[in-house]
Parts: sequence; structure tokens; C-alpha cells
Amino acid sequence: MEKKQETNKGLGIHARRALAYVVLCIVTFFCLFWFYVLFINATRSNGEMQAGFSALPSTHLIENWTNLVHGSQPIFNGLINSFVVAALSATLCVYFSTMTAYAIHAYDFKLKRFIYPFILMIMMIPTQVTALGFVKLVSGLGLEDSFIPLIVPSIAAPVTFFYMKQYMESSLPLSLIEAARIDGSGEFRTFNSIVLPLMKPAIAVQAIFTFVSSWNNYFIPALVLHDDKKKTLPILIAQLRAADWLKFDMGQVYVMIAFSIFPVIVVYLILSKHIVQGVALGSVKG
Amino acid sequence: MKNNAKAVRYNKWGYIFLLPFLLVYVVFQFVPTVTTIYNSFYENYLDGLTQVGPNFVGLENYKSLFSSGDIWTFTKNTMVLWIMCFVPQIILSLVLGAWFSDVRLKLKGQRFFKTVIYLPNLIMASAFSMLFFTLFSDGGPVNSILMQLGFISEPYRFLTYTGSTRGLIAFMNCLMWFGNTTILLMAGMMGIDTSLFEAAEVDGATSTQVFFRITLPLLRPILVYVMITSLIGGLQLFDVPQILTNGTGDPMRTTMTLIMYLNKHLYSKNYGMAGALSVLLLIITAILSLIVFKVTGNDKRKG
Repeated sequence: MEKKQETNKGLGIHARRALAYVVLCIVTFFCLFWFYVLFINATRSNGEMQAGFSALPSTHLIENWTNLVHGSQPIFNGLINSFVVAALSATLCVYFSTMTAYAIHAYDFKLKRFIYPFILMIMMIPTQVTALGFVKLVSGLGLEDSFIPLIVPSIAAPVTFFYMKQYMESSLPLSLIEAARIDGSGEFRTFNSIVLPLMKPAIAVQAIFTFVSSWNNYFIPALVLHDDKKKTLPILIAQLRAADWLKFDMGQVYVMIAFSIFPVIVVYLILSKHIVQGVALGSVKG
Repeated sequence: MKNNAKAVRYNKWGYIFLLPFLLVYVVFQFVPTVTTIYNSFYENYLDGLTQVGPNFVGLENYKSLFSSGDIWTFTKNTMVLWIMCFVPQIILSLVLGAWFSDVRLKLKGQRFFKTVIYLPNLIMASAFSMLFFTLFSDGGPVNSILMQLGFISEPYRFLTYTGSTRGLIAFMNCLMWFGNTTILLMAGMMGIDTSLFEAAEVDGATSTQVFFRITLPLLRPILVYVMITSLIGGLQLFDVPQILTNGTGDPMRTTMTLIMYLNKHLYSKNYGMAGALSVLLLIITAILSLIVFKVTGNDKRKG
């Protein structure tokens, strides 16, 4: 690819542009094709799918959905559980991460010199490697089958904290906080009514990221939740995989996958501009 | 800060605002870390229905972890899967990043393409693997498309061969992460002083030369960052192979990763071995994190 450009120095820009478009189209195909098939198959009946693949949607989407909801899997519960866990995690995570970042950003205290690098160092440690202790703690506290161990830990989220801290450095002038103090605003009120609104763009981006990662999380919830009524969507999908899946009506399988994937896609498409910018923003020095 | 007493009065709020983070960190991360390490020194498992231990056994768990040979197989699997995913990913990301950030190329529809390539990153990995499992099953759509197009005469059994199973896992991970990597690298490329590119152009450098002599060397800190964080992520590889192979790591345990192994020990309640394995992974990720910390730290001082 690169060599070709060297020999065709004359063609240069046009050839390269054409090549770029071709590659981008292929990449786009590979990114979207699976979801297209998923959508098509979610609308087709089991019988139609046995007959082979078709590129056009059929009419069985609602039928597949009703079959699924009335089937053996507590899919509707799963949807609600996933939503509750993800929404509460996202809320707590952004609120308290902003608060932590504000503590480091706006105040000067002795331990700051140790705490800030410490948080940056633990940022990369994945939850999996301490899962054993986590599971023991959860059962020790009698919190199995509870959402608390899935929601509360998001208060201490070093990655979100770091993003907020970066954002504050660029767009939260300390003079503003001084001014609020002179006006007699208490520290807590300053945080809630001045800092939080100013952080809105960063909060929105991080809320989405936390929501999505909690929505998609499989490893930890699978270790904590055992009661069928409490399970989140990823666990139900794993169960579907573990079951003798050939017995299943494939229409239902596809609808279930579609309902785990498409809500996130829809939200993403609405907010994609902010998300893609957010990734670039948080990463440059991350 | 003129009034010292006042500053101190305000600064105690620093601790107050830090409190929730520290409290939750200590309870849900620090304590589990300590218990994990503690458990690695105890024998504690179920032998049939009888509970063995917990008894202090020193480094026995580590010894049996390394002597069983499984750990090497699973480490190798994890690394092979990571390399199969990372190499195409970084090449694709570098090329796309260079094109997106090239002002002379003036690509249209950039926002659309960026949106599309980042999309797979947000997909639930378990649902995505379940989707691939059904799409690539013997009677699935991929086989029927290939047959309808006449490429193959009978279904190709993707999940019965090591190469194709590993290939599928690596492909899915690559698909999920190359968009993220592209955006990171692109942000880095945008940060390069444009006068360097202009000077190179004046000197008659080709775009290939510019890429290899200017872009790549200047991108090195970000490349190191991307590589190490990807390696940390690669060590955590779990959802995709777990769901795709239903936790078996088939064919012949060639797709069993380290975290899948850990997960097995956690489910069978063999806490001693799970502890030893966790500590091993903890040490490796800690070392890798330290490298990232160093790299980004230097980066910050420079710019």
C-alpha cells in the first residue's frame, strides 16, 4: 500500500484519497454488517431463518419479542435490572468523581501530594484481579443478590476522576470559586450550584461511558447475582449460550441480543459527536 | 492564600470532599486486594462436598500454580490472542489516524466514519460474542451467505478449529478496540506541530516518508501508552472467549485465557489457587501500570 504511493508519486493525492475512501468503506462494512444481520434476523421467524439468509427484513419482530418475554428467560426483569444498576452507577460515579476531582483541584492540603499520584497509579488496576476478595467481602456482608456491590463501588472511579480533573484544569477557574466565597456561599453549596453546572459537558460524557460500561459488565455481576430475578442482561445472555441453544427459537435469540445492543446504539448515535470528542479529550494526556 | 488561617479553614474541605472516594475505595477495592493476597497463602477448596481448609500453606498455591503447566498454556493463549488482535489493530489505527489528520487529504464524511468505527466499542461484549456465535454457527447466516455465493459447498465449522476460533475472538476484539485506538492516535497526530509537515513538503518528502520519519517518531509516547494499556486490557480478556466457547476455551483449551481460568477457580470455590493467580495478575498489571504512569508523566512534563 505504502510502496504503491512511492512509485506513483505523480498521482499522489487523488490516488491516496481514493484508496482512503475504499479502505474506509470496507472498514465501515465490517463495523456495521453484523448489526444489520442482527436486525434482519430479529424480524424473521425461526422457519424463515432455517431456509437461509435474506437481506430484507421480515414481519415477525413483535411476535419474536412477545415469545421472548413470555418465555423461560426473565428478560424483562433483566432489562430493568440492567437499567437500574447502570443508571445509578452512572449517577453516583459522575457526582462523586467530580467531587473528588474538585477536592484535588480546588484545595491545598497536606495529603494531596500523596493522594493524587496514588489515584493515578491505581487507575489501571483492573477489578478482575481483586475479584476474589470482592466476592468474599460481598458474601461476608450478606450482599449477594443485591445491587449495592454493583452500584456503590462506582463512587471510587479513578478513570472518571482523572477525566474530571483534566476538564477542571481547562475550564474551572479558581477565581470563580473565590468570588463565590466572597459572596458568602458555603463550600458545599459552591460545589453543587456552581461547579457542577460548569462541569456539565464532562459529566454528560462520563455519565454515558459509565452507564455503558456498567450495562455491558459481565464478570463481576455474574459472581454476585445468583437469583434469576436479579440477573442483568449479560448474565442472561451467557445463560442463553450455556443452554442447549439449538432448542431455541432463533428469532427469540436474535431479539434478545438486539435488545441488549440497540438501546446503547441509539443513545450513541444521538450523542455521538460529544462521545467521540470526549474520547479524544480525555486521552491525549491520559 | 494571603490569610493562612482562612486557607486552612477552607482546605479541610479538601478532605471532606475526598472522603466518599477514599471510604469506598478502602472498602470495595483495598480490603478485597488484601483478602485476595491473604487467601493466596491458604489452602481452601471443595473436595467433592468436603471443605478443605482454610489452612496456612505458605507458597504452596504458587508452587502448584506454576508446576501444573496450565498457567503456561493459558498465558500463551492470552498472549497469542492479544497479539492477533493488537497487530492488525495498531496498523489499521495508524493508517486511519494518519488519513484523518492529514489536512491535504481533506477526507469528507470524517464525522460519519469516526462515529462508525467507534460504535463497536460500546457494544456489550457478551451480546456481541453471542451474536457472533449465532452468526458463525454451522447453520448460521455467515455460512448460508458463503454457500449462497458459492464460496463453500458445505458449512465451515468455525468453532471446531483453533485457528478460526482464535481468529474470531481476535477479530471481535480488534473490531471493538480499533476505533478507540484510532481516535487516540489521531488526537496525538493532531498535536504534532504542522510546520514540521510543511517543511517536509517543501523538501519534497513523500507522504510515506513523512509518516515514517516524522509522524511515527513523534508519536512514540502515545504509541507506548496505547500498547501498554492494550496489553493490560488483553490480560483481562474474558467476556468474548467465555461466551463464544461457553467457558470451555475449546477447541482443546486453546482459547482459554487467564481470567477465564481465574473465573473457573472462583466458581469452583478454589480460593487458594484463585488467590495465587490473582496476585500474579495483580503484580503483572501493577508493573505495566507503573510503565504507563512513567510514560504519561514524562509526556506531561514535556508539554
